[in-house]
Amino acid sequence: MSIELVCPAGTPSALRAAVEAGAHAVYCGFRDETNARNFPGLNFSPQELRDGVRFAHERGAKVLVAINTFARAGAFEPWARALSYAEEAKADAVILADIAVLDYAAAKHPKLRLHLSVQAAAATPEAIGFYAETFGVKRVVLPRVLSVEEIAALNRAIGIETEVFVFGGLCPMAEGRCALSSYATGRSPNISGVCSPPEAVAYSEDKGGTAAKLAGFTINRFKPAEPAGYPTLCKGRFVAGGKTSYLFEDPTSLNAAGLIANLKKAGVTALKIEGRQRGKGYVAEVVRMFRRVVDAIEAGQPPLEAERMLQAFVEGGRQTSGAYKKTWR
Amino acid sequence: MRKIGLTLGPLLFNWEADRLRSFYSEIAAATHFDRVHLGEVVCGKRMPFSDPVWPEVIERLEAAGKEVVLSTLALPATERERKSIAALCGDGRLVEVNDVTALPLRKGRPFVVGPLVNVYNERAAQFFAARGAATLCTPVELPLTSVRTIAEACPDLEIEVFAFGRLPLALSSRCYHARLHGLHKDSCQFVCAKDPDGLAVDTIDGQPFLAVNGVQTLSQGIQAFCPTADEAAASGIRRLRLSPHTTNMGTVSAIYRDLLDGLIDPPGARARLSGLGLPGALIDGYTRGMAGCAPAA
Repeated sequence: MSIELVCPAGTPSALRAAVEAGAHAVYCGFRDETNARNFPGLNFSPQELRDGVRFAHERGAKVLVAINTFARAGAFEPWARALSYAEEAKADAVILADIAVLDYAAAKHPKLRLHLSVQAAAATPEAIGFYAETFGVKRVVLPRVLSVEEIAALNRAIGIETEVFVFGGLCPMAEGRCALSSYATGRSPNISGVCSPPEAVAYSEDKGGTAAKLAGFTINRFKPAEPAGYPTLCKGRFVAGGKTSYLFEDPTSLNAAGLIANLKKAGVTALKIEGRQRGKGYVAEVVRMFRRVVDAIEAGQPPLEAERMLQAFVEGGRQTSGAYKKTWR
Repeated sequence: MRKIGLTLGPLLFNWEADRLRSFYSEIAAATHFDRVHLGEVVCGKRMPFSDPVWPEVIERLEAAGKEVVLSTLALPATERERKSIAALCGDGRLVEVNDVTALPLRKGRPFVVGPLVNVYNERAAQFFAARGAATLCTPVELPLTSVRTIAEACPDLEIEVFAFGRLPLALSSRCYHARLHGLHKDSCQFVCAKDPDGLAVDTIDGQPFLAVNGVQTLSQGIQAFCPTADEAAASGIRRLRLSPHTTNMGTVSAIYRDLLDGLIDPPGARARLSGLGLPGALIDGYTRGMAGCAPAA
């Protein structure tokens, strides 16, 4: 079986673009706090999801629904509703992180296929085995903390499928275990489905150029002619020990296209492309490119120069293979 | 009303063996903590240095009448790290689970759920309680309104809140101390030991912001959640967790005990904490549903 390409669909039009460009599966979420890309102008209504699933199924593609935030105490209803909507729409799987949501889904929606979100940060055979045995989880999206060698060892030790990120934004922190955004702004992936939220962003000009700020904290400074980047908290320049540096991560994107053959050999079932905040044009191009790479590898052809081909799509032109190579650490 | 307990959380920083011994001797001798967490939570590479110290520290603390809880690694990766969690989970003492990895290994025996495990609502808390959780220290992001909802739904679960110290905010497989010093994680030379309270991270405009501690990122501000006993009880809180720093933790525990016993009020407690020369401003925004960095008030 071909390695599965799982592609982002932030909007119904991006879903159609991804499917037409050759996605084996797309993932998307509802327009509320139940999914970890809760940004304005994105996501699906229940009706849009039903239409999207029909469109994808007619073309042989699957739809995975991310319900991957942590439910608010005393307010479980949106998460329960999202599970029902996903099942009614005939989604192929839901991607969950909160033990409360997993527990509820396993009890109330036994026919729904459950995937474990990267936000659950399960990176060991014990943790993954726990989710598989307790809730019947069929696939785990691995946290971006593992090297290819570690992924291979993990796949030998667990009984369920693995999915790994190969392209797009890159969290240097273990996902689902990062509260940096709420420390500065009050909103974070776990509690609000957002990181470095747009309403907290401000750019201020002075004679030295532009300061990009998040809730008043300067995340980066740009010279007058330089384009000012978005102040994603962990991609900023900070001062520590007398040194100014991109302490956590450079303003760079993940591109592991050159490692796909190795990931397949490591037993990975699916490759995930990040980017639900991206437009349909970007999604179509990136998906088409990745599909060519995957098809070439499946046909036993020499790997295409995948990383070079994708260079143009990368934030600021800079890319990294992240934790997949141990030297990143 | 039940007396609110004081927990000394696990040490998050890389201290040398001698410092560990003298620190915990003082904790055994002179303070108001009734429960003390021991063990490495942040980085498995530190364990060969600290592990030999723990048996004598445990003995001393237990002889002094403290309840000892064994804390486990928060981001286990290597086989050795996973084995260390399995070994700790076999202990007869209470064990703190800091990653789901430890959950199946501790099956059927009581445990503490640490603040690095994602328990954001009463359903998740009930799930852990049904599996043997005795105490839940809630995630640092959680507002008191949510803490209260969880406590009301789980009357048998002892609720603990992170009250003092730099807030543990994030974990990575990348070591920021090594990266800053131009080293690889595999040959890090244990440079994190140079910063026994973590290394301050400021913005390029000089604003105090975060702190790094190896693979961990913390707040630069010092959490100083200072409730009266009535306020704590109203949120269902039965323990406050104070996180070890180089400041005199005996004094910190005395300030919190005086506060909970009604001898001083919250502004008085904060004033006394401010006088300790702590490595950051006092904050408590998360407890009030605000940004975590909001000044304590």
